[in-house]
Amino acid sequence: MMEHILLRHRDIPDINRLDVYKKNGGFAAFKNAVTKMKPNEVTDVVKNSGLRGRGGAGFPTGMKWAFIDNKNWPHYVVANADESEPGTFKDREIMEGNPFQFLEGVAIASYAVGANAAYVYLRGEFWQLAAFLDEKIAEMEEAGYLGKDLFGTEYSLKIHTHLGAGAYICGEETAMLESLEGKRGQPRVRPPFPPSYGLYGKPTVVNNVETLTNVPLILANGADWYKSMGTADSAGVKIFSLSGRVRKPGNYELPFGTSFRELIYTHGGGVQDSRKVKAIMPAGASSSMILVDDEKVLDTQMDYATVRTLGADLGSASVIVIDDSVSMDWLINKTIRFFKHESCGKCTTCREGTYWMSHLTERIHDGTGTNADVDLLLNVAKQMQGKCLCALGEFSTMAVVTSIERFPQDFKKAVSKA
Amino acid sequence: MSLEKKYPKEVKQILAKYPPEHKRSAVMPLLYLAQREEGYINKTAMQDIAQILDITETEVASIVGFYTLYHDKKEGKYRMQVCTDLPCALRGAEEFMNSLCGNLGIKVGETTEDGLITLEGVMCLAACDKAPMFQIQGADGIEYHENMTVDRTMELISVLKRSGREVK
Repeated sequence: MMEHILLRHRDIPDINRLDVYKKNGGFAAFKNAVTKMKPNEVTDVVKNSGLRGRGGAGFPTGMKWAFIDNKNWPHYVVANADESEPGTFKDREIMEGNPFQFLEGVAIASYAVGANAAYVYLRGEFWQLAAFLDEKIAEMEEAGYLGKDLFGTEYSLKIHTHLGAGAYICGEETAMLESLEGKRGQPRVRPPFPPSYGLYGKPTVVNNVETLTNVPLILANGADWYKSMGTADSAGVKIFSLSGRVRKPGNYELPFGTSFRELIYTHGGGVQDSRKVKAIMPAGASSSMILVDDEKVLDTQMDYATVRTLGADLGSASVIVIDDSVSMDWLINKTIRFFKHESCGKCTTCREGTYWMSHLTERIHDGTGTNADVDLLLNVAKQMQGKCLCALGEFSTMAVVTSIERFPQDFKKAVSKA
Repeated sequence: MSLEKKYPKEVKQILAKYPPEHKRSAVMPLLYLAQREEGYINKTAMQDIAQILDITETEVASIVGFYTLYHDKKEGKYRMQVCTDLPCALRGAEEFMNSLCGNLGIKVGETTEDGLITLEGVMCLAACDKAPMFQIQGADGIEYHENMTVDRTMELISVLKRSGREVK
């Protein structure tokens, strides 16, 4: 088994202690960057490594950093630790187990884009974790890795934690910035994008926790080392959060390109009660449903490009396994209840769309729906697509449309009770 | 007593995190501070916060209303927030919730007669591999409880009842 790159606490006990992290090469990459590299050289290494954003969108990280507007100052870095997608629980394990590598990633990103202040935006439920990170940040300040004139240079950096208070939408980067500004977490109209107009209207880079945790080792070992793992389209490793009907749910750090079969059967111990996999949701509740009607589907490689050939997106790689005991009318009633609750209410499409979809999924699931309700549900979902202010509204329609189209028999059965 | 008088050190620490010209950013941590008292945020606290940050009371109230972890009325001493979202539901969270209701003699959204527990169904808490699970929100913090059974939950409740301790 390969050594972990992100979940290193599984190989190195006590790596959440500063001395242990340091002994294992910690902070060398940050020190080297600040004392020996220009900011754009750091960005170039990340660009060349092929690292893509791990929050779900998969946007090239180095390119995002290079977009920062150097005519407008100050700059900010915001680490997205809002982890709220149903099925995703990787960032929490990183921050609990390997906090310094994450914080070093924040520090390197800040240096690369010229930010002297960075915020870690944690979902409000991570209350204990925020207090823990505050301790780790204080230890870094004490040891001279954060603060004024770092390593004898003129570069200074402060990192602060900020707790959200229970709102999925704050994982959307512009809603997160609004929330950090002390407002309701509602997305902004884009463009402009955060690298030109971000926190307090200043150029800002927002990166996911897992993305940033990759950065110290990429700097230490080089872009080619990172690119040697994974696939041409999706470089490096990914933490797959495996949940649903598997025997051993959990986080598994694997190279991109690993098959669904290996994840579910070799690592996840197979399906509960030895049932058959009926569907896979590779991107949490925001997924399109992958239909597993042929065993070969399980041999599909998990990387951004290949998953797309199955009519779905890999997203945050929160793999929820659905077995043949589950009916899709129940499932979409669950996902729609979630999106209706989490819709921020700013755009009409999402606010009204999720509301009406929830009435329809409820009715279909409780057995009082008709064929016409299923048609109407599909129609509402399709009408919403391409018309929402942010991705949340779009995401809400994914499971609905693909469940009705790919599992029509489940809906026929559900409405036959009426 | 005003929030600033009661917690001068904490208010100062919170404000120091943000640029002075953008002190409105402090509204969320200040609301948590206010909630420490009684597990909910009363009108006076909202007025205090509005004054500290130079924003209107309505703006403060809109934040309380938008985010689910702020409360504007008194409920049970502890809010037991069980995740019944899709991944947890696939691992028995709904059955768990139903049994809890039976054991506590209340429905979801209700509070036990002794005022100790308010039972709530909540959205994903990022612990999908450790279902059934819930968090307990008390006046002074949030605590996760994972891989739970009904028996262990009832034990936890009786400990909370006996000790009357605050959740950290």
